[in-house]
Amino acid sequence: MATADAPLCFRTRRLTKIYGDGATAVHALRGVDLDLPEGEMIVLLGPSGSGKSTLLNILGGLDHATSGEFLFRGQDMSEAKQSALTRYRRRHVGFVFQFYNLMPSLTARENVALVTEIAEDPMTPEEALALVGLEARLDHFPAQLSGGEQQRVAIARAVAKRPEVLLCDEPTGALDSATGVRVLEALQTVNDQLNSTTLIITHNSGVADMAHRVVTFSDGRIGEVRQNAERTPPRELAW
Amino acid sequence: MSRRRLVLLRATDRKLLRDLRAMWLQALAIALVIGAGVSVHLLAVGMLSSLEQTRDAYYERHRFAHVWAPVVRAPENLMPRLRGIDGVQAVETRVRAPALFDLDDMSEPASGEVLSLPDGREPHVNRLYLAEGHLPAPGRRDEAVLLDSFAAAHGLEIGAQVRATIRGGRETLTVVGRAYSPEHVYAIAPGQLVPDDRLFGVAWMSREALGEMAGQGGAFNEAAIRLMRGVSEDAVIAALDALLAPYGAPGAYGREDQLSDAFLTSELEQLETMGAILPPIFLAVAAFLVNVVVARLIATERSAIGLMKAFGYSDRAVILHYLKFVAAIAAIGVAVGVAVGVWLGRGMAGLYADYYKFPFLVFQADARDYLLAIGVATLAVCGSAMISVRRAARLAPAEAMTPPPPPDYSRALGSRITAWTMLDQQSRMILRQITRWPGRAAFTAIGVATSGALLIGTLFFTDSMEVMTASYFNLANRYDLAASFVEPRGRTAYYSLAQAPGVVAAEPYRVVSARLRNGNREERAALTGAPPEAQLSRLLDSSGRSITPPPGGLVLSRDLAIKLDIAAGETLEIEITEGRRPTVHIPVARVVTTLIGSAATMEIEDLNALLREGPVVSGVNMIVDSSRLDALYADLKAAPGVAGVSLHRLAERNFRELMDQNMGRNILIYTGFAAVIAAGVVYNSVRISLAERERELASLRVLGFTRGEVSYILLGEIALLTVAALPAGALGGAALARFLASAMSSDLYRLPFIIRPGTFGFAGAVVLFVAAASGLIVRRRLDRIDIVAVLKTRE
Ligand SMILES: Nc1ncnc2c1ncn2[C@@H]1O[C@H](COP(=O)(O)OP(=O)(O)O)[C@@H](O)[C@H]1O
Ligand SMILES: [Mg+2]
Repeated sequence: MATADAPLCFRTRRLTKIYGDGATAVHALRGVDLDLPEGEMIVLLGPSGSGKSTLLNILGGLDHATSGEFLFRGQDMSEAKQSALTRYRRRHVGFVFQFYNLMPSLTARENVALVTEIAEDPMTPEEALALVGLEARLDHFPAQLSGGEQQRVAIARAVAKRPEVLLCDEPTGALDSATGVRVLEALQTVNDQLNSTTLIITHNSGVADMAHRVVTFSDGRIGEVRQNAERTPPRELAW
Repeated sequence: MSRRRLVLLRATDRKLLRDLRAMWLQALAIALVIGAGVSVHLLAVGMLSSLEQTRDAYYERHRFAHVWAPVVRAPENLMPRLRGIDGVQAVETRVRAPALFDLDDMSEPASGEVLSLPDGREPHVNRLYLAEGHLPAPGRRDEAVLLDSFAAAHGLEIGAQVRATIRGGRETLTVVGRAYSPEHVYAIAPGQLVPDDRLFGVAWMSREALGEMAGQGGAFNEAAIRLMRGVSEDAVIAALDALLAPYGAPGAYGREDQLSDAFLTSELEQLETMGAILPPIFLAVAAFLVNVVVARLIATERSAIGLMKAFGYSDRAVILHYLKFVAAIAAIGVAVGVAVGVWLGRGMAGLYADYYKFPFLVFQADARDYLLAIGVATLAVCGSAMISVRRAARLAPAEAMTPPPPPDYSRALGSRITAWTMLDQQSRMILRQITRWPGRAAFTAIGVATSGALLIGTLFFTDSMEVMTASYFNLANRYDLAASFVEPRGRTAYYSLAQAPGVVAAEPYRVVSARLRNGNREERAALTGAPPEAQLSRLLDSSGRSITPPPGGLVLSRDLAIKLDIAAGETLEIEITEGRRPTVHIPVARVVTTLIGSAATMEIEDLNALLREGPVVSGVNMIVDSSRLDALYADLKAAPGVAGVSLHRLAERNFRELMDQNMGRNILIYTGFAAVIAAGVVYNSVRISLAERERELASLRVLGFTRGEVSYILLGEIALLTVAALPAGALGGAALARFLASAMSSDLYRLPFIIRPGTFGFAGAVVLFVAAASGLIVRRRLDRIDIVAVLKTRE
């Protein structure tokens, strides 16, 4: 697509992550070189335990790499301190996880407001929830929402600050296919309208067809990177 | 099969140890609260039974009298008739004389008394415990046994000499023995509040020798009587009074009017009160804590329980597993409590031994006391755990293993308030957490309030004692020194003392023993005659104004008015049991509250007139120039008619020292215990909250909230509850103080219900400090939380 010569959002070189040490050390990342242009939707595929979440967490500033280089928009993040990482997450990153991690004590609107209150140029919570099709559920508590609805609240919460990056770790993992499709549609809307670089980890290779770019992972390394000439809308994906 | 079971059980025991290790700080906090309850119980109950048993054994072995019958002078040949009174088991007649001791190591005179011992045999009543030396030889005027504490205070060994003025005669006595006496366990001079070993002396001498000195040859001036078991003391007293009235008897009295025993009894009553109030509070808090902690622990252990049950463990096995967990905590608590209780008890026994003169005193709690403490603690703790454990055990395995649905906050109380738009979301989360689980919030607040209340209830004593001391020593009784005469003296005796060296101001007083009667109520009391507009020894009304008895009227202290059921304006029947023994009816003009002691006071001239005596006085209150004290002391020691000297300023200092020492220690102990409760409650609440909300808090960190912002949600809740608990704690503390003020007041003194603002402030500060410290310990854990690891675990 037209994204090939866009400026880079993420660039990593020889990125490694080792958990533990000695005999029990686990090499989760064994040298990852990756260039991700801004505004793309990228799907990360790969078997369980291949290091996808580890990479996502490092890119999102939740964790430090053991070695290697990691640049966000040309800025070196590998040596960033805790407080700098917190600021980075606060300003630039939206996360969506398999489990929605909503605050059970806050309504949908309040869950989103939690983020908009500390963001620089946020949407209103109502706008963010409308973006994911939840304008009718503003004052419901998580316990009163279905799994898919909760996940869409989580997406609204992640995107309300208009993040440069949206990182999704198996966002449909806990959902049935119909609900999953609605969630993916919401992600696509966000990517289209906000132009956030969107990274989606999934088990489901069918999902890859909606991405600009597909990165395949195995055993802590990148296997293949392919660009889709044609993107399939979520509704038509082979589930 | 059974081998397999064994292995599995071991596995659960390992899990138990692992759980305990993981929660050690929480477990410790609970154990300490339990420990505090157990140790307060042991301390109070153990000290009480130690003192009671020591007292009872001592009294029995040394034949402590039940009744004392003083007379002016009665012939020894009354003995058979005394013995013949129904219910009398043993009688000892003796001579008792006031004495002033003149010691080389201090200029002030020591007041006290000399008591006779029968010649050539042990007394039938009130035997001495001879620590050293021997009893005085019959007829020896120069041999005396001294009260051990008095001898020790002046370094008087066997063979040392003491000068004494006994009923006006100057004598030099050689110490032949040092002894303890059941009549002087609390060795205190009449009119004093606190024993001062240096200033109060007792000597025992040969009956024959003392009889001569005191002009009681062939006679006695006091009979001490032991009663047979189950005999009515009142009947014996009535018979004694009837028999002895012709000999100038002011009235026989029982142990409740014997100074030493009265003090000892009131101390024991106070210990009993403390023992009845405080330990239950601690144990209730501990039980509460355990209940909440276990309920929450089990909520986080749902899947473990499901797993245990899926493996085929029975409900009983599951219950047993968690009960073991709780029992382990209770066991640690009980062990700590017993150790601390015994340790504190030993220290306290040492303190008591300082001012209760028992020949032996060991802290020895009964097996029953231990069992009770351990049993109650274990029951409270395991019983409350049982409730939540049984509920958990009833869960079906499948249900237990599925994660619980997200808690539904739509059902929380007061959703209107928490939906208020001005709130930021973090504060809203705090409020919703509280309103969703009001019971938990209440528990935390009650725990914190209890701790504050305990602090105030303890610190109140300092405030109250201070007011009591200041009112007694600085406002009501402003004299430095009081001298009493051996027998009533004319005004000239007063004038000569008033002109003695160093005396700046002097006022006489007259005091006689009397029986006050209203209807069928009767009280023994000292009836005092005071000069009009007295300045040195006054009665004060509640606003501190001085009250002077009007001519022909009587001012009565409230404690006596209550006992006699009489009010101002009514008439009291007074039988004066001295002199010509008139019985008169006198109107009660005023009733005033005295904080220390009782008072029945009238004008000195009225009293003189009632007794049909001239203007005589019993003693003189004086203000003295402290630079000339030594000269005055020398004068007093030489004055033949002076029976006793009471050094008011020294008494005040002694009283304050005792209070500081005693109160200081108790306050330290109870402040520590209250802090343990606050820490136990706050730490556990926050710690459990962290465990339950770890995921929420980690999510907030993911969203870019800083550590400070995240800990606001966790600690804001406890801060809000703590602050909300403070007024409740203040109220509870005031209520506790009010209760203690009346429960701890005795015949000897009344604690005013007064709490200084500073006390509230200090208690609040301690609670806030402990809460903050406990919160911060948890915050350090929160700071170290591994966000990724937390989010990886399934909800
Ligand atoms: N905190 C950790 N400690 C030790 N090993 C870990 C930790 N997190 C992940 N791993 C290991 O790193 C490897 C990669 O994990 P992850 O990135 O979660 O894989 P994926 O998301 O592709 O399934 C796995 O072998 C996993 O067990
Ligand atoms: Mg993963």
